Amino acid sequence: MSMAGRMPEPYGQGSGANLADILERVLDKGIVIAGDIRINLLDIELLTIKLRLIVASVDKAKEMGIDWWETDPALSSRARRDELARENAELRERLARLDPDHELEAREESEEES
Amino acid sequence: MTGLRYVYAVCHPFDAPLQAQLTGVAGDPPRLLSHHGLIAVVSHVPERDFAEEPLHRRLEDLDWLTETARAHQSVIDALTVVTTPLPLRMATVFRDDSGVRVMMEAREDDFRRTLERLAGRVEWGVKVYAEAEPQEAPAAAPKPASGRDYLRQRRSRMRTDEDMWQRAEEFATRLHASLSSYAEDSRLHAPQNPALSRHSGRNLLNAAYLVPRDSSEEFVELVDRTKDETKTDGSGMRVELTGPWAAYSFAGEQSAQESAGGQP
Repeated sequence: MSMAGRMPEPYGQGSGANLADILERVLDKGIVIAGDIRINLLDIELLTIKLRLIVASVDKAKEMGIDWWETDPALSSRARRDELARENAELRERLARLDPDHELEAREESEEES
Repeated sequence: MTGLRYVYAVCHPFDAPLQAQLTGVAGDPPRLLSHHGLIAVVSHVPERDFAEEPLHRRLEDLDWLTETARAHQSVIDALTVVTTPLPLRMATVFRDDSGVRVMMEAREDDFRRTLERLAGRVEWGVKVYAEAEPQEAPAAAPKPASGRDYLRQRRSRMRTDEDMWQRAEEFATRLHASLSSYAEDSRLHAPQNPALSRHSGRNLLNAAYLVPRDSSEEFVELVDRTKDETKTDGSGMRVELTGPWAAYSFAGEQSAQESAGGQP
């Protein structure tokens, strides 16, 4: 069967194309022409899209249970700190078991920390 | 004077009628302004929203922005059914018809060149999401009997995560390579913000492909096949296709710069 030239049914556009799909095209792509009304869309993009929505997105994403960046050491300094603290504690624990002489020292250190 | 002129797109003259009941930005049906053998598609919009100062304020209003962006897109979409439009960036506004004509004269050569390049082509959007794997609750794992056990468990958990992301990246890279070789041109967009897209999962690939209308069917089949595979292979990957769009991502002159910031 020959269907060359026939346009396939739209996929997800209209109803399904999400707002981000539309905004990233109409605001960020397309030909830039300075009209009589001078608007710097870059300002708008920064304010509306980049700032307001990215801030909103963190809450929204958390609401949806997406919080991988919080536990990803590459993305979250808190996760990085937790990771280090845990590793330190583990190393001390192992050291203490291997070499009882160090046990006292290790315990003192961890007390200082807490 | 009856308001300002909002320009959606420039295109070659076309015969087929635009979809009836098409309401554009500000509820004004798009009109065709012919000049020098080209058509500008315009709406008459009120000064109270589209003059410089109010427009700036309006664009900061997310509801207004959404409504206007959708109206803009629906006109571009209707044009795409009957011709190949060059979409202008949203909120390109002139004082009157003569301002639009002056602009068309000034850009005439560019417009013709770009129209030539894009004639008969559409844009397809393909996104890949990796479903975030449910974080293994610490309680679910057997309690480590020793520090060494604990370390071993943790290392294997981290390795599983790393493997998953690496597999996901490889999948996205492979798919992009195969779709790119099929398409005439491609652009990588920045991964999408989940608040806007309302999709779960991590957006690993957000790409646009320029495909001739005639081979769009095959392109769609290619994506669909991959989509079906990911549904059953348990990889946690999800592929999403949107389009056909007007060639938004390919209408600008710049190309290398646009790709910056994209993944992978």
